[in-house]
Amino acid sequence: MESETNKFLDEFTQSEYKYGFVTDIESDMAPKGLNEDIIRFISAKKNEPEFMLEFRLKAYRYWLTMKQPNWAHLKFPQINFQDIIYYAAPKQKKTLTSLDEVDPELLDTFKKLGISLEEQKKLSGVAVDAVMDSVSVKTTFSETLSKLGIIFCSFSEAVQKHPELVRQYMATVVPYTDNFFAALNSAVFTDGSFCYIPKGVRCPVELSTYFRINAANTGQFERTLIIAEEGAYVSYMEGCTAPQRDENQLHAAIVEIIALKDAEVKYSTVQNWYPGNKNGVGGIFNFVTKRGICKGSNSKISWTQVETGSAITWKYPSCILLGDNSVGEFYSVAVVNNYQQADTGTKMQHLGRNTKSTVISKGISAGMGQNSYRGLVRINKNAVNSRNYSQCDSLLLGDKCGAHTYPYIQVENKSSIVEHEATTSKISEDQLFYCQQRGIDKESAIGLIVNGYAKEVLKKLPMEFAVEAQKLLSISLEGSVG
Amino acid sequence: MSWRKKDMTGSRKNLNDMQSITKDRISKEGMMYLFEKNFGRICQNDTKPISEIRGKALSSFRELGFPNKRMEEWKNTDLTESLGKIYDYNFDPVSGVAGKNIFQCNIPHLDTAVIGQLNGWYISKDVPLIELGNGIIMGSLAEAMVRYPAIVEKHLAKYAAFGNNGLTALNTAFAQDGVFIYVPDNVQSPKPVQMINVIQYTTDIFLQSRNLIILGKNSRLSLVHCDDSYNHEGSFSNIVTEVFLDENSFLDHYKLQNLNNNSTLISTTVMQLEKAAHLDSHFLSMNGGLIRNNTRIDFQGNDGVANVYGLYLMDRKQHIDNQVFVDHAKPGCTSNEIFKGILDENSSGVFNGHVLVRKDAQKTNAYQSNRNILLTDTAKANSKPFLEIYADDVKCSHGSTTGQLDSEALFYLRQRGIGEDSARMLLLYAFAAEVVSKINIPQLRNSIEDMIKKRLQGELQICEQCVLHCTTPEHPIEFNIDVSKI
Repeated sequence: MESETNKFLDEFTQSEYKYGFVTDIESDMAPKGLNEDIIRFISAKKNEPEFMLEFRLKAYRYWLTMKQPNWAHLKFPQINFQDIIYYAAPKQKKTLTSLDEVDPELLDTFKKLGISLEEQKKLSGVAVDAVMDSVSVKTTFSETLSKLGIIFCSFSEAVQKHPELVRQYMATVVPYTDNFFAALNSAVFTDGSFCYIPKGVRCPVELSTYFRINAANTGQFERTLIIAEEGAYVSYMEGCTAPQRDENQLHAAIVEIIALKDAEVKYSTVQNWYPGNKNGVGGIFNFVTKRGICKGSNSKISWTQVETGSAITWKYPSCILLGDNSVGEFYSVAVVNNYQQADTGTKMQHLGRNTKSTVISKGISAGMGQNSYRGLVRINKNAVNSRNYSQCDSLLLGDKCGAHTYPYIQVENKSSIVEHEATTSKISEDQLFYCQQRGIDKESAIGLIVNGYAKEVLKKLPMEFAVEAQKLLSISLEGSVG
Repeated sequence: MSWRKKDMTGSRKNLNDMQSITKDRISKEGMMYLFEKNFGRICQNDTKPISEIRGKALSSFRELGFPNKRMEEWKNTDLTESLGKIYDYNFDPVSGVAGKNIFQCNIPHLDTAVIGQLNGWYISKDVPLIELGNGIIMGSLAEAMVRYPAIVEKHLAKYAAFGNNGLTALNTAFAQDGVFIYVPDNVQSPKPVQMINVIQYTTDIFLQSRNLIILGKNSRLSLVHCDDSYNHEGSFSNIVTEVFLDENSFLDHYKLQNLNNNSTLISTTVMQLEKAAHLDSHFLSMNGGLIRNNTRIDFQGNDGVANVYGLYLMDRKQHIDNQVFVDHAKPGCTSNEIFKGILDENSSGVFNGHVLVRKDAQKTNAYQSNRNILLTDTAKANSKPFLEIYADDVKCSHGSTTGQLDSEALFYLRQRGIGEDSARMLLLYAFAAEVVSKINIPQLRNSIEDMIKKRLQGELQICEQCVLHCTTPEHPIEFNIDVSKI
C-alpha cells in the first residue's frame, strides 16, 4: 500500500512545463558581461536623465563590495555575473500607439501564455503591462486610466514622463544597499512597471504585469514601483513565465510599494518561471526583493503569492508598518517539485502603534524539492498594542522532499501579542480513504485535498488570477488532473 | 598577551590549596597559552585515547575560538561582556573541604544520593568514587578515568561534538573533573541522585567541568542537577554534560539553575538515546546573569521518546538563551518541547528550537512550543522554533506566542476582591504550572512550586547554601489570597 502510494505520487507529481516555447523575435542586445560601460550603455539606450545613471553607478560600485548571501536553505552553483547579458530588448522600429502595431509574434507569445492583450483589453477590463526580456512591450488601458489621474506605464516611460515621482520614491523602500541582489538590480535594471494612484482614487480595474524572459543567456532585472496616495486603492497582479532552456537564467527584481494615509495596495503574484526539467537541469534563479511600506496611518498592504516556478526562489515580500493602525498581510502558496528549491517568506516590521499583521504560508513539497518558509515578525518597542498571527503549514508528497520552517519572532513591548503556529504532515490516509470511499479516484482525491489545503490563500487572489493559480497548482503537481 | 602571576598575598579565605591561578581577560590566545602552561596538570590522569581527544579538541578551539554575535546561533546572546572580565582559573583539585559544610541542603522529605561539586571539582565525603551494591558507580570523573578507563573512553567526547562548537572544544580540551555516573544494565536506581555544583570563590572564577552519565540497558535513574552560587562573586562556567541512554532505559532529568546576577553559565547537555529509550528533561532557570542552555537530543535508535520542558523566570538585566536541537535520525521517535518564560524588567529571553527529521525517520512525532510573557516594555523575547524535515510520514508542529496576562482573567479575579498584585501573581503562577506539573518527583515538585512562588514575589535570593534548601516544609510559601472567594 505504502509503495503503491509512493509510486502513484511519483507519477502524479511529474508533468511538463507548458510555457517552455521560445518566440522568434529579433532582439536588441548588449554584449555579455557587467561593467560601468554596460551600465552607461543601458542608461543611454533608455535615454535616462543624469540622476538615474548616477544612481545606477552608485549601486554598481556598492555591489562590487558585496558578497553573494549564502544563508538561505538553497544549493546552487556559483553565478557567473560576467556571463549574463544585461540588456535584451525586442526590436521595435518606432513608438507604438495601438496594439495593431505590436509585433504579431509577440502578441502570439502572450496569446500562448493565455494573456491575449486584445482579449484582456476587451473582455476582462484588466489593464496589462507586458514586460518581455526586461523591456515593457505594451501597456493596455492606460488612456482610460489616465482620465482618473492614474499613471500606469512602463518604468522607462515613467522615468521620461514623471521623473519627479520616480526621483521622489524610487529606492526609498528598497535602497540599493539593502542586499546583494537589490544592489545588482539597482545597477542594471532595464524596465518594469510604474503605478501611481492619486489621492482618493479607487482604481476601477485590476492592474496587471506579465513578465517573460525570452532571449537566451539574458538576465531579467525589472523594477516595479507602486505609489498609493492618501485614500487610494489599487489591486495589482504580476505573472511570470520563461522558455525552457538548459542553462540557468537569472531574474533579480525589485518591487517597492508605498501606501500613504488610508491607502490600500493589494499585490498578487503568480510566479511560474521555468523550473528546470525533471532532472533539475535549467530553470530560472529567482532572487527578488519585494517590500512595501505603510507610511501613513490606517494604510494596508497585502501580498498574495503563488510560487510554482523557478529552479531557485529567494523571495521575501515584506511590510514595514510605520503608520499607526496600519495592516500588513502575507498569503503564500509555494510549490516545489523535482529539484526545485524555494526559500521564501516575509518580514513584518511593526513600528507604529496598533499595527496588525497576518501571515499565512502554505508550502507543498514533492519530488526532490526543498521548500523553506523563512519569516520575521518584529514588534518594536514603540509598536504598542500590535498584533500578529502567523500560520505556516507544510505538506509533503513523497519521501525525498523537504519542508523547513524558520520563523523569527522578536517582541520588545508588553502590550503586543504574537502568535505563530506551524504544522508539517503528509496527505492524511484518512482523508484519502474518505474521498475514495465516496467514489472519487485517488488522483482526483489528491488534487482535491491539495487544492483544499491551498484554498485559504487562493481565495485571496483576484478572480482572474485565482483561476490561473488553481490551474497552475494542477499543472505543477497533479499531472493529468485538472 | 601577558599572563600576570596571581598576587599571592590576595585573600583566599576558605579554600586552601588553590595554587595555580592566572589572571587576565579571556581570549583565544590566552586560553591556548594557559593550556600549554598547565599541560601537565590538565592531562595528569589521561589515558592515551583521552589525551588524543584533548589534542583534537584544542586544535578545534584554535580554529573556532569563542562564539560571537555574527554566528547565527549566537545572534541574540552576546558574550562580549562576560568574556571581558578578569577571572581566576584553578587547575588543582579542591581538597581539605568538608563537604557537609557546603552541602547541607536537601529536598525536604526526599531521600537522595548527593554528589557535590565545588567550582566544578568533585568533593568527596569519603572516597572519590562510590560503588554501590547494585553496581551503580558515581563520583569523580577524574577518578573514573583512572579506575574505569574502558567505560570512560567508550563514551567521553563521543556525543558532544566539538568540531563546530568552540566552547565545547574548549571544555573538552581543558576539563579535568566533573561527575561520573554509571548505571549498569537492568539496574534501577532506588533513589534520585542529586548533583550540586556550587560556585564559591573569593574573586571572579572561570570553570569548566565535564559530566558523564551512562545508563545501561533497561536501567532507570532520576537525576537532579543543580547549579548554584554561594556568594555574589562573578563566574564563567562552561559545563558540558554527556548522557548516554542505552536501549529501553529511562532518565528523569532535572536541571535547576539558580546563580547570582554576576554569573555566566554555558551549559551544554548532549543526550544520546538508543532504541526505545525514554528521557524526561526539565530545565528550570530561576536566576542567573547570563544563562545559555545548549541542549542536544540525538535519537540513535527507533521508538525513543524525549520530553523536554523548560521554565525561565528572569528579571533585572538577566538573559536566558535556550537552544534545543533534536535530531530525529531514526524512525518512530517522539519529541516534545514545552518552554515557557516570564520576562520582567530589562531581562531578555531567547528560545531557539531546531527539530531535524532525517530522510529515513518516518513516523516521527515532534512538537515544539515556546510561550513568553513580557511584563515590561523593556523586556525582550526572541523565539525561533525551527523545523527541518526530510521525511514525509511525520507529524511535526510548533507554536510560539508572546504576549501578556489575559486581561479578562485578571478582571475576573479582581472582580472577586483579589488585589491586582495577588491576581497577577496567581495568573503567572498558573502560567508556570504547566511546566512544573510535569515534574515527576512529588517532593521536588512541591519544593519548586514554593521556589516559584517566592521568585514571583521577588523573595528568592541566591541562597546561602543550596537553592533547594530555601524552603522548609514547616513554613510553606503561600500566596496572600483568600481562595474561598474565587
